[in-house]
Amino acid sequence: MTMKTRRGIFIATCLLPGLLLFLIFKVYPSLQIFQKSLYLWTGLSDKPKFIGLQNYIDMFHDNTFLLALKNTGLLMLVVPVATLLIALVNASILTKSKLKERNLYRTVFFFPSILSFVVIAILWSFIYHPTMGFLNAGLEALGLSDWALPWLGDQRVVLWALAVTMIWQAAGYYMVIYMAGIDGISPDLYEAAELDGATWIQQFTDITIPMLWEIIRVTIILSINGVLSISFIIVSVMTAGGPDHHSEVVMTYLYSQAFTNSNFGYAMAIGVFVFIVSIILALTSNRLTERGAN
Amino acid sequence: MAAEHTLHSSNGKVGAAIGKTLLRLLLIAQTIAVVYPLLWNVMASFKTNAEVMENPWKLPKSLEWSNYVRAFTTARIGDYMLNSVMVVVLSMAILLVAAVPSAYVLGRMRFRGRSFFNNFYMAGLFVGGVYIIVPLFILMNNLHMLDNLFWLSAVYATGSLPFSIFLLTSFMKSIPHDYEEAAMIDGCGYFSTMLRIIVPMARPGIVTLIVFSFFDFWNEYVLAMTFISDDAKKTIPVGLANLMQIQQYATDWGSLFAGLVIVLVPTILVYVLLQKKLTQGLMLGGVKG
Repeated sequence: MTMKTRRGIFIATCLLPGLLLFLIFKVYPSLQIFQKSLYLWTGLSDKPKFIGLQNYIDMFHDNTFLLALKNTGLLMLVVPVATLLIALVNASILTKSKLKERNLYRTVFFFPSILSFVVIAILWSFIYHPTMGFLNAGLEALGLSDWALPWLGDQRVVLWALAVTMIWQAAGYYMVIYMAGIDGISPDLYEAAELDGATWIQQFTDITIPMLWEIIRVTIILSINGVLSISFIIVSVMTAGGPDHHSEVVMTYLYSQAFTNSNFGYAMAIGVFVFIVSIILALTSNRLTERGAN
Repeated sequence: MAAEHTLHSSNGKVGAAIGKTLLRLLLIAQTIAVVYPLLWNVMASFKTNAEVMENPWKLPKSLEWSNYVRAFTTARIGDYMLNSVMVVVLSMAILLVAAVPSAYVLGRMRFRGRSFFNNFYMAGLFVGGVYIIVPLFILMNNLHMLDNLFWLSAVYATGSLPFSIFLLTSFMKSIPHDYEEAAMIDGCGYFSTMLRIIVPMARPGIVTLIVFSFFDFWNEYVLAMTFISDDAKKTIPVGLANLMQIQQYATDWGSLFAGLVIVLVPTILVYVLLQKKLTQGLMLGGVKG
């Protein structure tokens, strides 16, 4: 065997296991959702029937889907903004004020991001529980019993309650990313600003945020995408989309169309739609946050 | 010193002290918001059902260890945990076998099609789990891969593959090429060069990968819920979510909370041990979704 064929065989052997897995469990299903989204396919034994774009047209006459889309949109707006803002402020406090116990805060704040979403969802179901939950009990103890609500059973607040849970889960994760970024900013900049008499808030807006901008751009996209996948678990464990679909998100709707109603073709069309929208959102966010865009 | 100094110069000493106290209060309030739900959970796991229904702020009157016994016997937390351990070990093994050689070749050897493969895997970063869950389910159903922990692990490993290859390739690239040349001169073959010389040098990257993947595999819920229906094969997150649904009717809250604590304890232990590695890895790998 020549050196060259030996080398070729080695390269092929190394690439093969990964490639096989990737083709079977990622590439093939990804191609399938595009193709089968054009079919009427109800049930495993059913033969898929080509119907063109009908699934996509149906989507926009499906009120539950539209409500789920609206809910997801709201979460995608509120959760990243609040999460990243809290993360930024905490990161800059923990890096810039030399509190002795700062490592302790960092450890504690990061902890929720390694917890299972299911554990978080169960814990928060009990925080919000109308009778057993300590949120309502706490409000009553403070004499604010008028404010006590069945948080997950009330159409008006359910989405906001879920948003708080999602922010609680993710803020520490982004904080650690930002802390790494802030550590990389030259301390000279802050010293110079101090000599010029810049306040803490001025340093935050004029040094920290501009210097971290590239990292912030990436985290915006990460966090928007995170909302899509986390909302699925949080909603399915905490509310199952209720009350009356007011906390339904696109991913839970996709899932129930597929596995409760066996509407496979329709579910895949929803998947394609959400996939394309999330790519458009990522590109738009990249454009809007580009330096010099304003 | 930055904040202190600023406050110092603008508001004087008293102002600095007040500023620092305010910052502390803000941080302590957040600490309570993170820690209290966990403490409450531990407390509730020692309460009787009647006590759980009462005031959630009260301490338990006596320690109900029987909650923990029921968590293992009727709620089968022990079985779920064993399944989870098995899935984590299997997925990790499959992931390493697939990712390390691929990253080695993609990061250190020149051949035609290399950039194609790199882009191919990069594209995989964008296609997440839930989008493709329907065709994946149908495929696995046709191939009789459902209700099987090995194939579940294979799907987990594939999910982590794009990011893992991305992370490891950059690690592999940073190792100087002299090592291979020296090994070849010494008569080392391709495989032994990779396994005996380069893999040990890439260990920091591989350890980072293992730490991250551990939490991903241990916590995964959606795929496990969809592909495993046999109760004896369920993993911890699925078992807990099920337990939660059952308890709403059976109202055995104690064993649910005990189950949660049993799951939390190893997570906290691993976290305390690996905390440094984890936060470093986050900075190393840049960012991870």
